[in-house]
Amino acid sequence: MIDVDLSAFEEEKSTENKVVITVVGKDRVGIIAAITSCLAEHNVNIEDITQKILGEYFTMILVGDTSCCPVTLAELREKLTRKGEEVGVKVYLQHASIFRAMHRI
Amino acid sequence: MLFDRSEILETLRMLELENLDVRTATLGISILDCRGKDFEETVESIVEKVRRYAAPLNAVADEVSAKYGIPIVNRRVAISPVALLLRGDEDDRVVTLAQALDALGQELAIDFIGGFSALVHKGETRGDRLLMESLPSVLSQTERICASVNVASSRSGVNVDAILTMAKVVKETAERTAHRDGIGCAKLVVFANAPEDNPFMAGAFHGVGEPEVVVNVGVSGPGVVKEVVRRHPRATLGELAEVIKRTAFKITRVGELIGREVAEKLGVPFGIVDLSLAPTPRMGDSVAEILEEMGLERCGAFGSTLALALLTDACKKGGAMASSSVGGLSGAFIPVSEDARMSEAVAVGALPLEKLEAMTSVSSVGLDMIAIPGDTPWETIACIMADEVAIGVMNHKTAGVRLIPVPGKSAGDKAHFGGLLGEAIIIPVNPHRGDRFILRGGRVPAPLTSLKN
Repeated sequence: MIDVDLSAFEEEKSTENKVVITVVGKDRVGIIAAITSCLAEHNVNIEDITQKILGEYFTMILVGDTSCCPVTLAELREKLTRKGEEVGVKVYLQHASIFRAMHRI
Repeated sequence: MLFDRSEILETLRMLELENLDVRTATLGISILDCRGKDFEETVESIVEKVRRYAAPLNAVADEVSAKYGIPIVNRRVAISPVALLLRGDEDDRVVTLAQALDALGQELAIDFIGGFSALVHKGETRGDRLLMESLPSVLSQTERICASVNVASSRSGVNVDAILTMAKVVKETAERTAHRDGIGCAKLVVFANAPEDNPFMAGAFHGVGEPEVVVNVGVSGPGVVKEVVRRHPRATLGELAEVIKRTAFKITRVGELIGREVAEKLGVPFGIVDLSLAPTPRMGDSVAEILEEMGLERCGAFGSTLALALLTDACKKGGAMASSSVGGLSGAFIPVSEDARMSEAVAVGALPLEKLEAMTSVSSVGLDMIAIPGDTPWETIACIMADEVAIGVMNHKTAGVRLIPVPGKSAGDKAHFGGLLGEAIIIPVNPHRGDRFILRGGRVPAPLTSLKN
């Protein structure tokens, strides 16, 4: 019997259109609303979200699916960066495969 | 979640705070098929081919860079060693080829084009000779052209005659670019065991064993390694090697991801990823800082050679585990003027030329970007080159020499090269001469590969 482990391939497929959005900054009202509404406007489906407040600092990590997003990642990053500036936080957007490459063997 | 929170934040920290970047995406292009019926036609054909392949490079690199949020700092081109296309009777028309490629580099916003190279480790053709003699003109009349000459190899020994030629070339190149502290020499490397797939300048060329076109990437990240060392103040050296290795793994994986994607979008094969800790003059982007973080008061203090050996080896091991396509130089660079902290060590007298030479026996390049007094005799420059290539040849590793005899300046003066090339205090050179030895010329036979004790 041949036993083939397909998990690596499945994982690869599962990150195809995934992006990781990281939001860091001083906590205040409306950060999540601002970022998620911007993602909704661009048809990015949020698949996972986690946030933490350390002291007065806020960090949020979102995993989004961009398969229906009409703009390029560069444009989406630009929009999110501007939105982030409005509420005083830094927003980073990266395709998920960079994390897979770095942290999975 | 697909990834751990700490993993995501670690990646982000490396990119945002610790200067992790893809230092270069270098497109290697064979020009061996570009022979025309005369040299003018050859020049046209080379320029046309390089333009065809390199034109989309910047746009593709920008796109990939945006997708992953990682900078691809330089986009470069390496061509086959130009000497292979020369008959030896083209005279100063070699300079017209260099100028045409220089103009193309400017047009395509490519900062360096490497490959004005000759492989003369066993002997020279007429084409090789012409190329070497043209280098002072080429390097003083162009901005973006880089040159390298392989004068020795572990398989064929040391071509001392070629070293003598290159020492004179270095001296003349410095004089022709005297108004900019001899910057022409910053674009010229003399090699032993030159790698054919090195993406880093000034030594990049597209080797004869390489495919038609290939993408090689160089990743860097001295800042990332320094931080990981800083976070382990009480680790033993064995433990330190382990954490550096893990970090090198992560950096290399990013490089391979980026390289493969750039190659795919350009429609050309991916070659290798070269993880080299390549410093820049920026704070926190220094190899000397890593050694000092390990516990040395100054880079150059006794202990530096072992510290650098540990670092280079851990980088290679992490890289080899991360990717089956590791190549180029892969290790740690110690280019003095490009590493602000290393320059400082020279300035305070902690890092003499002799210690640098010792350190090159365990680093991945050699005597790199070292400013020496302008009145250093060319015979002495030849002796410095000879000593360095001896280290490479006997240890079966790459060794490069990039010395800048700064015209009109002496030890202790400052030389400015600008930008990534940085600035350096001129290092004193031992005044005792080796002329009678080196002027014997000839070829030193290749070393034995058995009886290793």
